[in-house]
Amino acid sequence: MQYVSTIDKDFQDKILADQGLTFAEKILSIKRCDESGKVASTDDMIVAQVDLAMAHDGTAPLAIKVLGELGIEKVWDSNKVILHIDHTYPASSEQIADFHSIMRKFAMEQGCHIQEGNICHQYMLEHFVVPGMLIIGADSHTTTQGSLGAFATGVGSTEIAAVFASGRIWLKVPKSIKIIFNGKLPRGVFAKDLILYIAGKISCEGANYKAIEFTGSTVKDFTISSRATLCNMSTEVGAKAGIVEMDKVTEEYLMQMGRKPMLGVHSGKEAVYAKIVEEDVEKMEPYVALPYNVDNVKAVRDVEGQPIDQAFLGSCTNARFEDLKIAAEILKGRKVKEGVRLIVTPASKLVYKAALESGVIETLLQAGASITSPTCGACVGTHCGVLGCGEVCISCSNRNFIGRMGSPESKVYLASPATVAASAIKGAITDPRDYLR
Amino acid sequence: MKGRAWKFGDDVNTDIIIPYKHKARSIDPKTLAKHCMEGIDPEFSKKVQKGDFIVAGRNFGCGSSREQAPVSIKACGISAVIAESFARIFYRNAINIGLPVLVCEGISKEVDEGDIIEVDLSKGIAKNLSKEKIIDVEKQPEFLEKMVKAGGLVEYYKKFRRFPW
Repeated sequence: MQYVSTIDKDFQDKILADQGLTFAEKILSIKRCDESGKVASTDDMIVAQVDLAMAHDGTAPLAIKVLGELGIEKVWDSNKVILHIDHTYPASSEQIADFHSIMRKFAMEQGCHIQEGNICHQYMLEHFVVPGMLIIGADSHTTTQGSLGAFATGVGSTEIAAVFASGRIWLKVPKSIKIIFNGKLPRGVFAKDLILYIAGKISCEGANYKAIEFTGSTVKDFTISSRATLCNMSTEVGAKAGIVEMDKVTEEYLMQMGRKPMLGVHSGKEAVYAKIVEEDVEKMEPYVALPYNVDNVKAVRDVEGQPIDQAFLGSCTNARFEDLKIAAEILKGRKVKEGVRLIVTPASKLVYKAALESGVIETLLQAGASITSPTCGACVGTHCGVLGCGEVCISCSNRNFIGRMGSPESKVYLASPATVAASAIKGAITDPRDYLR
Repeated sequence: MKGRAWKFGDDVNTDIIIPYKHKARSIDPKTLAKHCMEGIDPEFSKKVQKGDFIVAGRNFGCGSSREQAPVSIKACGISAVIAESFARIFYRNAINIGLPVLVCEGISKEVDEGDIIEVDLSKGIAKNLSKEKIIDVEKQPEFLEKMVKAGGLVEYYKKFRRFPW
């Protein structure tokens, strides 16, 4: 098979202007390299040229081993390969330290990017992702990166090894779902509540294999952080990608971070969707996902009073500056309930620095929180907040599966950072609206 | 392929198949096999015999991208997973490591735990020998079939010196 990765400008312009194509169809038409110049329609099997490929300490060691087995000595483009040491960082055991060493050695030999001590998806948003990219990551939450108008999807270790080697991937062009949020968010309700509501409504396989386009007046008003929360949780309803198209908010963020878009891709007005979900957010309230599935969603007020042992404010879902800030607003002048631990894990060093400089960290410390360095840690149950037998945690992370954060006998409730903070004060699941001034 | 069926329900996630704490510590298939399905049945790896099948409901393998999930299943002797549907990353991972994954609508109703199943990959059919029933399996794209047949992506590449797409 001959692959053509140069893009015909006329074809690209034609695709971008087409009113009948979804975001996924447009971007994959432009990225396809098996039959360059042919539209990639929904359900087509294509081979696409990748713009960025990443893996982390949970997936990269195996990918590096696979590259060795394949006998591939050089990655396709060292400038487009990014390794992240974040899942268990700093290392919590000798075995994990050895995995980290393998990654550092590989990055040194290849000359590819490597970073440690920032959660991968947050770091990608801060330093690499621009609109119009096709990003493949060896992590299911790679969908987070669609919040900057890119098509970003997760794969496993062997597959990322093939991408590192070739710069290409086979993809089935997904059907698309459009989720429209309209209206002004009520007090105490956040992006996390909206996506939990959607999970409850469409189920944890409701978007299996599909791309979700998030739009509507609420999303247009959202910061990149809030958009990232929506796209992040897209994978929890089975989606291949979560997307918020490029707009002024995106451009401002990019300018602030010193980057420029690759392509502004916008779905056509007559594009065909597998499903369109339209919600008025003004009727929404804080929600929580009960153990052991993300779609087991109830209103927070319906489970209020459930005692907790740990409150976790961290993860790629909800540990950006605005998340820490809202928690600090709630905790200011208050104390975490005795016998309960509040663990705060900023998503990145930039987030940590902003939280320090603005006094957010000080407020959280005064309330009794423990602050850890950025890592996936507690969310994946490796370190920095592992749950013991019978313990209950309220967490703003993304999964509440059996044993996710530690003991199979523990329980995880998922909610917004505001609900996590309010619950830490009471020592039981609490509606944050009681504490918001 | 012929073996006994081990039945599971809907939404069996990767934290159930292989908890991260084991995944983080090892990439060795034998070690991973010992913890396979630990979240649901800690004795699973001891009970499975080589050639057995996992028969499951909808959305099998949802959750994380950990390839260790299909690796642990394959390494404990399971010859194929037959499910109503699969989560997308698990499906890709399984094919990449050479674990056959068969989409088979209605399989949950057609099979009970312990039934003897026979699968003919080339014909695309599964037989429940215990109940004397034939069950159709969804056809896979040819290049994926070839990859599974070769034993996964690495084996395919070693044999043909190119990727199968």
